[in-house]
Amino acid sequence: MSDLTRKTAAELSDLMTSGQASSVEITQAHLDRIAAVDDAVHAFLYVDTEGALEQARSVDERRAAGEELGPLAGVPLALKDVLTQQDVPTTAGSRILEGWRPPYDATTVARLKAAGVVILGKTNMDEFAMGSSTENSAYGPTHNPWDLDKIPGGSGGGSAAAVAAYEAPLAIGTDTGGSIRQPGAVTGTVGVKPTYGGTSRYGLIALASSLDTPGPCARTTLDAALLHEAIAGHDPMDSTSIDQAVPPVVAAARRASVEGTRIGVVKEMGGEGYQPGVEARFHEAVELLTKLGAEVTEVSCPHFQYGLPAYYLILPSEASSNLAKFDAMRFGLRVGDDGELSAEEVMARTREAGFGAEVKRRIMLGTYALSSGYYDAYYGQAQKVRTLIQRDFARAYEQVDVLVSPSTPTTAFRIGERVDDPIAMYMNDLCTIPSNLAGNAAGSFPAGLADEDGLPVGFHVMAPVMRDDLVYQVGAALEAALAEQWGGVLMTKAAELEVSR
Amino acid sequence: MTTEVLDLESALERYDPVLGLEVHVELNTASKMFCGCPTAFGADPNTQVCPVCLGLPGSLPVLNARAVESAIRIGLALNCEIAEWCRFARKNYFYPDMPKNYQISQYDEPIAFNGWTEVAVDGKSYRIEIERAHMEEDTGKSLHVGGATGRIHGASHSLVDYNRAGIPLIEIVTKPIEVPGDKAAAVAKAYVGMLRDLLRALGVSDVRMEQGSLRCDANVSLKLRGATEFGTRTETKNVNSLRSVERAVTYEIQRQGAVLDAGGRVTQETRHWHEDTGITTPGRSKEQAEDYRYFPEPDLLPLAPSREWVDQLRGTLPEPPPARRIRLQAEWGFTDLEMRDVVNAGAQDLLEQTVALGTSAAAAKKWWLGELARAANDSGSDLNDLGVGPEQVAAVQRLVDDGSLNDKLARQVFDGLVKGEGTPAQIVEARGLALVSDDGALRAAVDRAIEANPEVVEKVRSGKAAAAGALIGAVMKEMRGQADAAKVRELVEAKLSS
Repeated sequence: MSDLTRKTAAELSDLMTSGQASSVEITQAHLDRIAAVDDAVHAFLYVDTEGALEQARSVDERRAAGEELGPLAGVPLALKDVLTQQDVPTTAGSRILEGWRPPYDATTVARLKAAGVVILGKTNMDEFAMGSSTENSAYGPTHNPWDLDKIPGGSGGGSAAAVAAYEAPLAIGTDTGGSIRQPGAVTGTVGVKPTYGGTSRYGLIALASSLDTPGPCARTTLDAALLHEAIAGHDPMDSTSIDQAVPPVVAAARRASVEGTRIGVVKEMGGEGYQPGVEARFHEAVELLTKLGAEVTEVSCPHFQYGLPAYYLILPSEASSNLAKFDAMRFGLRVGDDGELSAEEVMARTREAGFGAEVKRRIMLGTYALSSGYYDAYYGQAQKVRTLIQRDFARAYEQVDVLVSPSTPTTAFRIGERVDDPIAMYMNDLCTIPSNLAGNAAGSFPAGLADEDGLPVGFHVMAPVMRDDLVYQVGAALEAALAEQWGGVLMTKAAELEVSR
Repeated sequence: MTTEVLDLESALERYDPVLGLEVHVELNTASKMFCGCPTAFGADPNTQVCPVCLGLPGSLPVLNARAVESAIRIGLALNCEIAEWCRFARKNYFYPDMPKNYQISQYDEPIAFNGWTEVAVDGKSYRIEIERAHMEEDTGKSLHVGGATGRIHGASHSLVDYNRAGIPLIEIVTKPIEVPGDKAAAVAKAYVGMLRDLLRALGVSDVRMEQGSLRCDANVSLKLRGATEFGTRTETKNVNSLRSVERAVTYEIQRQGAVLDAGGRVTQETRHWHEDTGITTPGRSKEQAEDYRYFPEPDLLPLAPSREWVDQLRGTLPEPPPARRIRLQAEWGFTDLEMRDVVNAGAQDLLEQTVALGTSAAAAKKWWLGELARAANDSGSDLNDLGVGPEQVAAVQRLVDDGSLNDKLARQVFDGLVKGEGTPAQIVEARGLALVSDDGALRAAVDRAIEANPEVVEKVRSGKAAAAGALIGAVMKEMRGQADAAKVRELVEAKLSS
């Protein structure tokens, strides 16, 4: 049954419920697929073959015993390597954590396990989630399954590529400035950043604590919603977790309607710097939603233009502090411990050897921005901009239910093309960053292929805090309408990976 | 290395000291500030740790509500305002015993601020202004191995115990204290002593200076007499007893006086107090002030204690220690000196509870400050941890009061109590300590004493009544102390006058 890897999570669930396939068969099919294509794609940093099959067997046994199981029980998943999984190597894409096996599960991982989800392994990412291309991984880049010479986005390029390459039907990403949505956009998959606090950060190796949000990656909106529901909800281990009921995202994905939905097109997200093919697919999608009954208006969010600079002060500031714990004392890499050098010297040498260039750049930026005498001008000012962006959103949501924009200004670029130009790299997240600064829900959904390069374009939907359901409802409506045109989801248009082993 | 010091009198002739005291209090909450790990003192190294207090990647802090409650009560007891809204902040610096390389603390938004308290020295009261009381987490503890001094200098390697990491701390900071120079050191000592009593009365801390649950950093600077501008200060750490507070402040006044007299400049630095030699030595120089890059802790929500809660906590405050001391001293009829002994021994609560059980104040003081204080001292433990409580002291005294024991026998009962031999009644039984109340046996002993000491009998009969003591002593000796001396005296006198 080699086509098991082409099924959605919802379909796999049905196959298991009806007894047509076991979790072990499904898991093995995906492990085989990983073995076949991952040398070329490099989505995974670690494949937990034994652990995955063990989990699959356990689910099959429980099902055979008549146990009531959740909708994702037995479905395989790829886990971004920034979340701790007990006893499984966790690196956050960095040398400094090489060989570390965490003694505890992240809350997201614990919930996946409780839901019977089979964790195949850990996926590649930009080091400590700093990047938009996965090129900053200490373990080499991931390749976009649509074109192996192209980047798969970042920081969660591994998770998106694993889903796009049929190595897993589901993946977990984390989104600090777009790290779920931008990879989703450039790989033709669905990626949702839940409301900040809607999913737990406990066990997520922190990049920027006030922005980081775990969320789902999948090939369909319904699959993403099923995964979202499995991991979301209040966690007493995370003080910033929201103690409210999970928005009804699965029901919303099934409803898939924009009849009467008020949609605002963000005026400031388009024009100069946006690739023509991206804009074309975006506007077609907006027209399609209008035909489906949405009320579309243009909305101005004047402070969004300051989102990027504010983000690149807040993120490095928090990151410079969060990354201080990587000091060779208790875990991970240790360099220079020869019995002569001082602890401080060992710390310095370890951090010099263990961190990559982008990480060092952001630690320096953040250290500077927080320095006494500069704090008000940089960190303090950025927090004010953050407030202004939150007000832009609040005003916009008085007029409309959701806001939309392209997910990214461009499609996937060539590996190596922007590595020497951090600003060009940072521009990838222009559309996604405001949602992180405001903490609201947002998702990227496939909108078609750009004419000029034939690469996927993402449609970005933003909704108020704890209205994640609206993101899914609009995304699912677009997906259904486009699938009708295309005769299937966008992924079916992707060329088969030519893999020689 | 010898350091010049001025004699105190000369220093105070020319300079006025200005003090600032920072007291760190470890709270006695059952669990740590941001995780569920226990806080008990003395456990094996690194056995009271988890991903959170070890700062493992991905872990997050969750605030201990009990610690906040204690912080607010401390603030209220020091007449502080309680913040309506405040935040935690990260204090960033690298140190091996700090798991995250930042400390979760409070910076410009402390939970309590603008307070005051009073201390008495030599019968005069001094007002101490409180700048702030804020919450923070303790660090781990480094053990430097292989060096001669146990300090990092010269050590071959260091070990870190993270059991202490994350234990809740309250840091109480005074505003500059400017009191007459000759009182400065005594006021500092009295202030820390008052805080110790207050925190104990609040029940928020073990306040054991020797275990580090109460730690004082003393900031001292000198200014020319009558000047308004403060001089450069030093911060002396490792001041771990009340006596050390007084000595360290005095030493710094003398040392800085000598530096200034020689035309030198006081270096702004952290200094280390040495209990054994009675001096301070330089530690980390603070000339280049560390930049801690404070920013609001994004992993925790802002804290907004409701006014209702604050008012409710205000209702739980104990009687202020100075007022309580005055009240108890009057109730007990003690002199100032007696009361000071009780307070210094940390026995005020114990006495109060014992008296409440029907023991006279004099008797309670006799046992707690005598026999039991000695036993505590011998075993190096605290009076409160001796395993002997007010109930037992009252029970022993009842036996004395009803004539079953005399003081000498009672002391043996206390010895048994300290050694855990059972209840007072069981110890009396097991050790055979009951007084001989058999009149026949006593009368026979009296007869024998009179017979054996004819010259004493002669003296008594010739009017020297005091000589009867020797006869009583002889009887007590024969009865091995297990007789009621008053009863023996009665029998002796009756016999000789017949």
